[in-house]
Amino acid sequence: MKQKKARNFIRQALSYTVLTVIAILCCYPALWVVMSSLRPGGALYSETLIPKTLTFVHYTELFTKYPFGQWYLNTLKIAVISTIIGTTLVMLTGYVFSKFRFSGRKNLMSGLLVLGLFPGFMSMIAVYILLNQMNLLNTHFAIILVSAAGAPLGFLYVKSYFDTVPTSLVEAARIDGASNLSILFRIILPMSTPLIVFTSLTIFTGVFTDFIFAKLVLRSPEKLTLAVGLFDMINNKFATEFTVFAAGCVMIALPITILFMIMQRYLVEGLTAGAEKG
Amino acid sequence: MQQQYKTVIDEKQYSLDGMRQHRKTATILSILAMGLGQLYNKQYVKGILMLLLHFSGIYFIAAKLPHAIWGVYTLGETKTELKKVGKLYQQVMGDHSIFLLVEGLIILFIVVVLACMYVANVKDAYRIGQLREEGKAPNTFKQTVKYIADYRFPHFVISLPMLGILFFTVLPIVFMILLAFTNFTRENMPPANLVDWHGFQTFKDMFQIKAWSGTFYGVALWTFVWAVFATFTCFFGGFAVALIVQQKDIRFKAFWRTIFILPYAIPAFVSTLILRNMFNGQFGPINQYLAMMGISKIPWLTDPMWAKFTIILVNFWLGFPVSMLMIIGILSTIPKDMYEAADIDGATAFQKMRWITFPAVMQSMAPLLIMAFVGNINNFNIIYLLTNGEPSNAEYKFAGHTDILITWLYKLSLDQGQYNFASVIGIFIFIILAVFAIWNLRRTKAFREEEA
Repeated sequence: MKQKKARNFIRQALSYTVLTVIAILCCYPALWVVMSSLRPGGALYSETLIPKTLTFVHYTELFTKYPFGQWYLNTLKIAVISTIIGTTLVMLTGYVFSKFRFSGRKNLMSGLLVLGLFPGFMSMIAVYILLNQMNLLNTHFAIILVSAAGAPLGFLYVKSYFDTVPTSLVEAARIDGASNLSILFRIILPMSTPLIVFTSLTIFTGVFTDFIFAKLVLRSPEKLTLAVGLFDMINNKFATEFTVFAAGCVMIALPITILFMIMQRYLVEGLTAGAEKG
Repeated sequence: MQQQYKTVIDEKQYSLDGMRQHRKTATILSILAMGLGQLYNKQYVKGILMLLLHFSGIYFIAAKLPHAIWGVYTLGETKTELKKVGKLYQQVMGDHSIFLLVEGLIILFIVVVLACMYVANVKDAYRIGQLREEGKAPNTFKQTVKYIADYRFPHFVISLPMLGILFFTVLPIVFMILLAFTNFTRENMPPANLVDWHGFQTFKDMFQIKAWSGTFYGVALWTFVWAVFATFTCFFGGFAVALIVQQKDIRFKAFWRTIFILPYAIPAFVSTLILRNMFNGQFGPINQYLAMMGISKIPWLTDPMWAKFTIILVNFWLGFPVSMLMIIGILSTIPKDMYEAADIDGATAFQKMRWITFPAVMQSMAPLLIMAFVGNINNFNIIYLLTNGEPSNAEYKFAGHTDILITWLYKLSLDQGQYNFASVIGIFIFIILAVFAIWNLRRTKAFREEEA
């Protein structure tokens, strides 16, 4: 008995140690970048983690040296509109594939799934010329259009979530005279909050942090998004102005991280729903 | 009501006169021009709308199609040249092959969409004609709208996303595939030069010229190794952490989980850039701490082997929270009495793990693991942001030691302008991924369920 107790104690102590070490490793990069952003000077190297004097000058520099406020507005505008349109489209697509049977359905589904895997960079040249034809280069609408048009490719996740809504419920509503759209909005969507949160958050962060496509389309400095601006910052001046870059990182990461932490419960549900379906 | 009744009677009389004629006449008329059949079928609003579409379509095809076909077929015939105009030499712009190709594709795609509408129009006229022969009144425009909303809902709703996908995904892919069969490189960049169809030359070069094939095999091998390691480290790491957190006597479970979600919550794009600086060999904090412990500097990102190791390590940091969350979710669905029964039978902790926990987790995770593997083959961001393929490799053509196929493709097209070679790689990646994805999809429940 005593031996068992001792073994139990060792196991617990070991577990807590491992958990603490992992927790430190998880937090450390975030802590380090916050501390770097508050450090005077511009160098990457610092003697200690916590600087001897704290300064907010790098945050003000973001707004004086770069059009950071404008970038922020641009990014929010693009991300919010793309998220709304994209989420609507992917929900509709998932709904149709989940609750309706029509000819060519399965082939269409496999086709879309495969298309979703295609490496995006080669198609960027064609999309670029396409946007050029439509006179949309260097506009925010171009990014919204392309990301909204691509969103339905992620339909499978939505479909498998909607599959868990019992068909009998849908049938009953239809007998009561509900139209197809009101079935979606009144019955299925209210039961799918985790899915909606998960999908829209994924689209939102995707657009918020995209730096490749946005970089190709947007040219003038006042039209850039945060991700492109930040990427240019580190590629051009990183050697001398690392601390300003760190401040930019904090400003970009903070809203998304907070959003994720608040929505945590839904994210966990959304993720596991996908896993349970298998 | 009265009125409707009247139409039915009219209809009856009419159909007695021209028995079995409606179907034929309506079909022939609709073949002549979209909407004529519908007009004949007394669906006036619909008919006029379709007729308008017909004429704009005809105008469009007549104006654009011949030039489009010529453009795609020849990829342009006149070069940009200096010509003598009067006493001065002026630059006269020739054909831009790549623009011709994309524009031609756009027009061909629109024509295909129009053709589909045309077929639907003929079918519709035939169907309505048949209804009339059976003595039923054709739908009014209002009824048509309602019919679409109720019974044609899936087709109608899906058509908008499908159009978006057709033009912003399918068209670019077709374009890319076609590029592999041209000689489009920076050396003959339009509009100064013309691009030509080249057959399978690029494919031959890729596998027969040693510099290309050597790079291809080397990069492909590392891509595979990377994807395997990236997938399994994240899976088993997440699994282990989930097991530790979910032990019965561990307290503050929610607290630990929240902290471990942090790497998932911080945008990967930002954290990868941060980690690149932390692993900086000269000034980064990690080497600094190692130096304090008396360990000499490690070339995290500058030595080929270490760089590969660092990439997998960073990917682990970014990726383990997701599998941890999923596995915690699965663990909570395993019935408790299975463990109790195992306890009564005197099973050890390892046996319970081996025969109860592991199979349950694998059953749910297997399809997701395959998709994660596929995703890692395509994982552009981490490589591009962390090392950008560096350190460079003198034996490779335009690729570094840590480049995977997708980043090599990026370098080839956007940095080096070797578009046709990039296309060949794109096609190769696509085939591999498609095989995995379809095989995986066909065996998942989401696809097989379908009771009725």
